[in-house]
Amino acid sequence: MSPRHATEDAPWVKALILAVMALFLAFILLLPMISVFYEALRKGWEPAKAAIQNPDALAAIKLTLITAAVTVPFNAVFGVCAAWAVAKHNFPGKSFLITLIDLPFSVSPVVAGLIYVMVFGAQGWFGDWLIDHDIKIIFAIPGIILATIFVTFPFIARELIPLMQEQGVDEEEAAVSLGASGLRTFWSVTAPNIRWGLLYGVLLCNARAMGEFGAVSVVSGHIRGLTNTMPLHVEILYNEYDFVGAFAVAALLCFLAIVTLALKTLLEMAQPQSRPARH
Amino acid sequence: MTAKALTTAPAVPRRPFVRRRSAIPGFALSLGVTIALLSIIVLIPMLSVGLKATQQSFPDFLDAAFNARALAAYRLSFGAAFIAAVINGVFGLVTAWALVRYEFPGKGVINALIDLPFALPTAVAGIALAALYAENGWVGSLVAPLGWKIAFTPLGVVVALTFIGLPFVVRTVEPVMRDLSADVEEAAASLGANRLDTIIRVILPALAPAWLTGFALAFARGIGEYGSVIFIAGNMPYRSEIAPLLIIIELEQYDYAGAATIAVVMLAASFLMLFVINAMQAWARKRSA
Repeated sequence: MSPRHATEDAPWVKALILAVMALFLAFILLLPMISVFYEALRKGWEPAKAAIQNPDALAAIKLTLITAAVTVPFNAVFGVCAAWAVAKHNFPGKSFLITLIDLPFSVSPVVAGLIYVMVFGAQGWFGDWLIDHDIKIIFAIPGIILATIFVTFPFIARELIPLMQEQGVDEEEAAVSLGASGLRTFWSVTAPNIRWGLLYGVLLCNARAMGEFGAVSVVSGHIRGLTNTMPLHVEILYNEYDFVGAFAVAALLCFLAIVTLALKTLLEMAQPQSRPARH
Repeated sequence: MTAKALTTAPAVPRRPFVRRRSAIPGFALSLGVTIALLSIIVLIPMLSVGLKATQQSFPDFLDAAFNARALAAYRLSFGAAFIAAVINGVFGLVTAWALVRYEFPGKGVINALIDLPFALPTAVAGIALAALYAENGWVGSLVAPLGWKIAFTPLGVVVALTFIGLPFVVRTVEPVMRDLSADVEEAAASLGANRLDTIIRVILPALAPAWLTGFALAFARGIGEYGSVIFIAGNMPYRSEIAPLLIIIELEQYDYAGAATIAVVMLAASFLMLFVINAMQAWARKRSA
């Protein structure tokens, strides 16, 4: 038997640590995930399929896709602008600006929804004006999109800022000194350098945008077929004791999460970089 | 001579607004867009809750913020988030250790699954945990003979918040653990420290800042969490009702000032946490530098 290296754990320690980890992850992560699919298929494929093909469910899927389709590009533009300003330039108050960008991470999703009710709701700042002009934001799709933008606001910026800071400004300065315009510099020099980081941020932003519940729940009004996103549809079905239906839609969302994690793992292999957990 | 030198000496140049003007264009545009969007989406709307909460007399504010039901809700939200963060602090550390130090089958899959709470919609997590930990669920039925109830009690809130906070400790501790050089451990061992001594006196202190940051992030996330909790909590006033749910209940009763008041209290707590987390991350950077 070869002697154990001084920094290696004894076999029984190793076995104990692995067993504790396995039990913990099984009870907190694995069993919940398996139970989603189990409950969805409890009565076979047909009821689960019917629940997903129900017109209200299809409307919810459509609204979720629309929300993500607006939110993700919006936050990508913001993220690139913020990272360009913060990472490529020096100015006073920079770290304060980064703290402000991070703010939505530390706000409860319910509060995130509430602030838009206070601004655009019937009792809010613009309530009377919006009613006079027959514009609906709260209990309508614009409110859902606004609340989703708020909760996912920092995702892409947080991904790009450290990446662009690490890359420095040398390549951009070279391009500019050779006469490239700002836009040309961005597209030819910066964009290729940040594309994997951007994709990573887009992926996480999209997952959260499609799955957001608390903030959207406050501003949606829960009108079936109109202002119901997929997570809200899960809640409605669950509260009506339609468990197979609720878990069928939930299984679809769970499948989406697994695809997201798989893509995320692939991206991490393509571009290894340590990332702080801040979502 | 002195006087003359003083008058003719070139004035000390005032520190320019941008210290070293970057040659890279687009500063004004990108900063302008950033600040404009930040103000429209985040800052100005957030001001609205503060203003709404101040549109009542001070005694009314105090009553809305600190009545018995609200206090019970804060106690549950903060208490359960704290316990969940402690659980994650312990098991997250164990998980990170296994992922960094050991090779075992299925490691890649487990590593990817750690981030499931970031990717899975909270409502899905909520109904899954409720089904699992209810009395007739897989886990709930195991502990029911012992007289334990998990779902629909404050214990259920802890379970949901443990799920939500799981990745934070693992993902903040992991990189520091990986960078921990084997040299210090070898040195400790060669100087005669046993393995336990090495872990307690060498490894854990080095991990402390990252571990505390992960703990604080999990705690902060748990305080405001809503979606995963409401399905498993039972939502009984004074007993299993979390603070974010109270905001929604007051909103449904058209008590806008009351909802805004609780939101302000929670925002104050969030800002405090943000401040603490930033300070700890600065500490962690200093320690690792």
